[in-house]
Amino acid sequence: MSKVHVTTSVNGDEVEFLADPRETLLDCLRDHIGLTGSKEGCGTGDCGACSVTLDGTLVCSCLVLGVEADGKRVETIEGMADGAELHPLQRKFIEHAALQCGFCTPGILVAAKKLLETNPNPTEEEIRYWLAGNLCRCTGYDKIIRAVMDAAAELRQEAA
Amino acid sequence: MRYHTPTTFEDAAQLAAQAKGLTRFLAGGTDVLVQMRAGMVQPDDLIDLKKIAGVAEITATDDGGWRIGVAVPGIALGAHEGLCADWPGVVEGMELVGSTQIQGRATLTGNLCNGSPAADSVPGLVAAGASVEITGPDGTRNVPVEEIPVSPGKTALKAGELISAILLPPRGQNAGDAYLRFIPRTEMDIAVVGSAVSLRLDGDTVTEARVALGAVAPTVKLVPEAAEAIIGTTLDEAALEALAKAASAACSPIDDKRGTVAFRTEVAGVLTKRAALIAKARAKGDTA
Repeated sequence: MSKVHVTTSVNGDEVEFLADPRETLLDCLRDHIGLTGSKEGCGTGDCGACSVTLDGTLVCSCLVLGVEADGKRVETIEGMADGAELHPLQRKFIEHAALQCGFCTPGILVAAKKLLETNPNPTEEEIRYWLAGNLCRCTGYDKIIRAVMDAAAELRQEAA
Repeated sequence: MRYHTPTTFEDAAQLAAQAKGLTRFLAGGTDVLVQMRAGMVQPDDLIDLKKIAGVAEITATDDGGWRIGVAVPGIALGAHEGLCADWPGVVEGMELVGSTQIQGRATLTGNLCNGSPAADSVPGLVAAGASVEITGPDGTRNVPVEEIPVSPGKTALKAGELISAILLPPRGQNAGDAYLRFIPRTEMDIAVVGSAVSLRLDGDTVTEARVALGAVAPTVKLVPEAAEAIIGTTLDEAALEALAKAASAACSPIDDKRGTVAFRTEVAGVLTKRAALIAKARAKGDTA
């Protein structure tokens, strides 16, 4: 099985790795690049815990092959905070206690960030539909939705 | 597994024709990667089509229709104003497939080639009269979408053949389409019944129609009897009843945990009536 040399941009850094063509982008991020923030929940695109953006599009990294990322731009949860400064979504998730076990949280944050870039002023219903592919078995979702709405308001510089 | 990235459809067809073992084409990957992971399919050769020029594009054709590349993800259909204006029923079918993340990858062509009778994007394509361009070792040919699925998971594509584009006909004036499906929840589920209607009006009278049903037979199917029930009518109550009856009569569904034969058959009629009314409203200029 010959491995494929892949060059990609991850969170703005150029990264190279050798991928077995059967490995998913999630496998490559975690096992070759050491970025273990993206989680494997189901491995079949159902749970969203592995959400990343690929050339700006929100995808499940378990449904992308590592070799498909060649020449592309990947953004993961590790690129969300600015150094020690948390992204407003991350801060609001803590303030609202929008997580318990935390396993789904990286994927939800990545997906929510993409939502707010696409639609800075989403309704509750729009947030719920956008995040329908991110499963959380702890929170019941309400705190997540409130945290996203609050972060959106802060980013719009409005009081929630 | 060998991973190939051909730059033309001809090369992709040659690779597939010469492959000795199991071959899969890769576009969005939302079915293929799941099957690989589950161990259902372990390809010897995986042929990624995304390096072929134009596969991610939606282009207007000379006759006024649309050509949709095989790697155009669902999210790009909904973002395309011209396509949404012409074929909202086709777009809304694809948009029902999976989550935001799936929409970022999944394609019309993949949904068609996966061969599921419940594929949400296929009834809309069939009702629209869409065709596919097939490239094979002997050249290209165009085939109506309804002739592609032959049984659950099986298509009419021969060894070495692959779909190289989806072609939508010109929409023309006073026409509209719609797709509705039944699922027991609001989002993220497989159709229990799907129904698509495309029609054209002269005043209030239906002059052309096509009706397609999903999840009520071994394949998505075109139902000419249902179309005939409304052509020449104004979609009055009697015509809608005849439409529902014809749609239900065309069903040969399975009984499973999602729905019984009786339920699917009944719901096919109800959804077809509702889809016809939405298509009519759109034909009269309703943009909802």
